[in-house]
Amino acid sequence: MIEVQNLSKSYGTVTAVDRISFTVQKGEILGFLGPNGAGKTTTMRVLTGYLPASSGTARVAGFDVFDQSLEVRRRIGYLPENPPLYTDMTVEGYLDFVARIKDVPPERRRARVERAMEMTNIPDKRGDLIKHLSRGYKQRVGLAQALVHDPEVIILDEPTVGLDPKQIIEVRHLIKSLAGSHTIILSTHILPEVSMTCDRVVIINKGRIAAVDTVANLQAQLRGTNRIHMEVRGEGKKVRQALQGIAGVWQVSVDSPATGGDGRLSLTVETEPGRDLRSLLAATVVGAGWELFELRSASVSLEEIFLQLTTEEPSGREPGR
Amino acid sequence: MRTLYAIYRKEMGHYFVSPIAYAVVGVFLVISGFFFYQILVIYIEQSFQATMQMARFGSAPDMDVPGLVNRNFFGLLGTVALFVVPMLTMGLYAEEKKRGTMELLLTSPLRDVHVVLGKFLASLSLFAIMLLPTLTYQLVLFLKSEPLPPWRLVLVGYGGVLLLGAVLIALGSFISSLTESQIIAAVATFGTFLLLWVIDIGGRGSGTRTGEVLQYLSILRHYDEFTRGVVDTTSLVFYGSLVVLGVFLTLRSLDAMRWRGA
Repeated sequence: MIEVQNLSKSYGTVTAVDRISFTVQKGEILGFLGPNGAGKTTTMRVLTGYLPASSGTARVAGFDVFDQSLEVRRRIGYLPENPPLYTDMTVEGYLDFVARIKDVPPERRRARVERAMEMTNIPDKRGDLIKHLSRGYKQRVGLAQALVHDPEVIILDEPTVGLDPKQIIEVRHLIKSLAGSHTIILSTHILPEVSMTCDRVVIINKGRIAAVDTVANLQAQLRGTNRIHMEVRGEGKKVRQALQGIAGVWQVSVDSPATGGDGRLSLTVETEPGRDLRSLLAATVVGAGWELFELRSASVSLEEIFLQLTTEEPSGREPGR
Repeated sequence: MRTLYAIYRKEMGHYFVSPIAYAVVGVFLVISGFFFYQILVIYIEQSFQATMQMARFGSAPDMDVPGLVNRNFFGLLGTVALFVVPMLTMGLYAEEKKRGTMELLLTSPLRDVHVVLGKFLASLSLFAIMLLPTLTYQLVLFLKSEPLPPWRLVLVGYGGVLLLGAVLIALGSFISSLTESQIIAAVATFGTFLLLWVIDIGGRGSGTRTGEVLQYLSILRHYDEFTRGVVDTTSLVFYGSLVVLGVFLTLRSLDAMRWRGA
């Protein structure tokens, strides 16, 4: 449904998006995860035809977003970061206007406006001026605006910002219910949101894609093991053998031979989940006469993966894939 | 076409929901009404004096009071338009950009030309609506004049005001599309109008080529023709070109917004 290939966008000398490629299948919910300023909004703007790409191509429903912009715009519902509201209109009047400019046929307009209000749970606010609505309601009107013409593709830039927890849950349910019949891209910097709503995640940082995978895969990969980080002074081979001998230890890897140059080893020990082997590891090391400098749990949560992938690492570790 | 109408409808709604329309129309009517009254009084007095002179000396030129009143009145409407139009056009694009609704318009299946024309026509309509009550002033002239003033002159006068309005609105829209601030848009628009108004001062009577060109560029000089009831092709072409230029520049400006991501 959406194909992005080698897409780049630069503003002057600043590269906001750097050769990213990904695809979204029909009916899928794709999460765009990344810190602020990672290039999420820019990518979305290119997809909606608001910004032209500097290079690369993007196709939505088979249409090129630049050459066949009008066709693409007809098929896209877009909620920008700040909902684009005419605050002196009523909710119903505004949605009617949006339906008109989205070229909804006149005979279907009323029904579509009604449906959009129902979906976002705002029919009782239909006659209110938008400027009198709370932040949460404004956000919902913005969401209704993106749905009013029943688009094939829905692009939501931080759809749950400014909502209270109850509303956030409602909106997430709404988004999930739209999947299947609609293809959805949503951006967020909130991790639980991704795991709750999205089928697949694109983690983006500094304009580049750090990882693309399903949420389940990303989590399984990380949750499956317990990691313990150790720093020990001793002979590498012997230390490894000794630690490997402990029941419950799956693997011991030496990350770097020495940090201080005084023979210290930096080790990562992967253990069976559900067992805390830290005291046993300590006893083993000390019992063998080696010096123990550090011992800490290094289990990685989704948050940590996110941070790892999106903060620059000198070692250039391969991101989890 | 449907989308053009949607934009037009939205803009008209905006004018009348917000106090802009009422403020602008109100101020305009107070000013134009006051001046119409003053002009009328002055010429009636003059014609009295002329009649008295005629009685005393037997010879004085006939005075076309309604014609003179209208000529001055239309001249004045043109000047007031220079002040009023910036208020009508300042928000057209600047406000959309500030609110972020430009993003909605530019990501909707709208042709840019529909957006530009929809907004242009909405402003022009409000301008026409603003002129509508001044027809009652004409009614006064028609009811009290003997013989009836030629209605063609009135028609040409109003046509001239509307054309001038179209020119000013087209240029004002373009300036509004350049900024996010309504104040800046209004000030820049007003400044531009003033400049186009007085541009001929330097060249007046100089007889040089440059002087002629500058005179040609003065928007109110062409407008003078209309107030006298003259439909000059030069003026029509000049005004027509300015409207097209304004609309074209606005279209380019929308295109530029896409590239810059405003």
